Amino acid sequence: MSNKKTKNLTPIQQQYTALAASREPKRSVVKNCLRAFVSGGLICLLGEAIRQALIAWGGFTAKTAGDPTVAILIALAVVLTAAGVYDKIGQWAGAGSAVPVTGFANSLASAAIEHRSEGIVLGVGGQMFRIAGPVIVFGTAAAFAVGIIHLIVRALLGGAP
Amino acid sequence: MTVRRTGHQTFIFDQHPIVRSVATVVGPMEGAGPLARDFDIVHADMMLTEKSWEKAERKMLEEACTLAIENAELQKESVDFFIAGDLMNQLTSASFVAEKLAIPHIGVFGACSTSMASLALGALYIGSGVAQHVLTATCSHNATAEKQFRYPTEYGAQKPPTAQHTVTGAGAAVLSNIGDGEGDAITIAAATIGRVIDMGITDPMNMGAAMAPAAVDTITAHLRDMRCNADAYDIIVTGDLAAVGHELACTLLHRHGIHDAAARLVDCGLLIFDRTAQEVQAGGSGCGCSAVVTFGHLFKRMLRGEWQRMLVVATGALLSPLTFQQGETIPSVAHAVAFCRTTRVQQGGET
Amino acid sequence: MIFFWAFVVGGAICLCGQLCYDVLRLSPAHTMTLLVVTGALVDGIIIDGTSMYDRLIAFAGAGASVPITSFGSALVHGALSELNTHGAIGVLTGIFEVTSAGISAALIFSLCAALLVKPKA
Repeated sequence: MSNKKTKNLTPIQQQYTALAASREPKRSVVKNCLRAFVSGGLICLLGEAIRQALIAWGGFTAKTAGDPTVAILIALAVVLTAAGVYDKIGQWAGAGSAVPVTGFANSLASAAIEHRSEGIVLGVGGQMFRIAGPVIVFGTAAAFAVGIIHLIVRALLGGAP
Repeated sequence: MTVRRTGHQTFIFDQHPIVRSVATVVGPMEGAGPLARDFDIVHADMMLTEKSWEKAERKMLEEACTLAIENAELQKESVDFFIAGDLMNQLTSASFVAEKLAIPHIGVFGACSTSMASLALGALYIGSGVAQHVLTATCSHNATAEKQFRYPTEYGAQKPPTAQHTVTGAGAAVLSNIGDGEGDAITIAAATIGRVIDMGITDPMNMGAAMAPAAVDTITAHLRDMRCNADAYDIIVTGDLAAVGHELACTLLHRHGIHDAAARLVDCGLLIFDRTAQEVQAGGSGCGCSAVVTFGHLFKRMLRGEWQRMLVVATGALLSPLTFQQGETIPSVAHAVAFCRTTRVQQGGET
Repeated sequence: MIFFWAFVVGGAICLCGQLCYDVLRLSPAHTMTLLVVTGALVDGIIIDGTSMYDRLIAFAGAGASVPITSFGSALVHGALSELNTHGAIGVLTGIFEVTSAGISAALIFSLCAALLVKPKA
């Protein structure tokens, strides 16, 4: 795929990978993007509706309504995953159902359910973050880096910590 | 001795081992496909009422083996060897079934080429005279393969159009040096052991493209070793190249000037599903794919007299989740077995 | 109006994810990681005391707070707010401060699901 990889290939291999690339069925990028936009948009719209409902009737404020909204969406995604529906939605929606927080919940729930056969501790506990792990690891690392940069910038500007 | 080597990679059987019986077991998707009526057992439940996917796969393989022995009108004690393989790490399905069958067992791994690899080895056992009856079998399960090679089954990842759907199915065949009577039978004329070919494909979601050169290499080697043209066969069948790999294989065969092989090339991965109605992307794959299509569907058509000679080239992508994560390219292999439709007269000797 | 922008902004972020799949050929795990890191970096840009991601949330509501990018932003939020109150150590202690609800909910619900149901394929 990358240039570094093709350099290691022999001329015959390069010829063949070029042929294979030319015969590869084109991914319908426009259609996939449209689907991702619509389905992702709808999930966010649902989230907004839940948030507004919580503010209007649940006694939450604009600031505190975020957490319960996310929790409700996650619960919904886990139920759909358990019912065996979320993977079907995923094939249609692509990133549209993977990027929202529901996709994060799906990655946890699907791994947990799948590895139940290897036991509760090693299977469910050990494998739950099989897919979501990198998101947390690098999200945390990025947040740490941003925090350190802020710390340095503030020290340099001589302002309060 | 009734077996001898010809050329570099091929052995010929002067006295053909007979495919005495076959049995096929498939899952719900395959049971909803165009070949549904050719399979012996169709399960409506992917889990087969078992506790895990792995147990379900094992049960399918066991059912296929037991049924094949039954169809051969043999007792399992009279089967000399059991040669089998699957896609699971350490060939667990084959090993666990071998424990239950208690037949001396050797496991083979050739990824999806295992069906023909085990058949070729079984035929060699018969041809060399060390065995009278050999059971060969292979299986794959969509969910166990997804779990081991890709994502949890309930994870909502989108599959690209080059991806293939692992067949849930098990196929078993009993090879014998004597048949169970008169009439038409499928026999094994020759087998070619393939070389491992790596043409630099890295995308595990495009295994058809990785395997197509291996299929072409083995077909070319077989024709060269046998000193025959592709028209010696009524049909040439590849294991699980599916839409992408099939087209590439045809292109490569044309480039090698073997036009009549390209003209009679069909693919098990394309036959088993209806790609317009079933969501299988490029087509089927997996050990079970070539096994159930060859044993269940193609043999029946041969016995109906549609074809006299058939070459089945089962293809396997020899990758693991580890190798592709480490950025390795995908090596592939293909093994070919030449089948004949033979009309037998009473052969004498006990059955 | 916020409903409209929630739909458009949320959809647009998902569209970026789809482009990562189809054009950059990234795996889902790589795509999500990239989006989370992007969210974290965007949140690190603070103008006039309000982070860029907060401005997006104020503008698009759930359209910005539901996609995984907000997870990155929330991690940074936690780190920075504790940095303000507790000094340097806050960068470490604060990271999971805001996101804990999402992670805990997903973890607990998934655990329950695993105990209750079998995979369907």
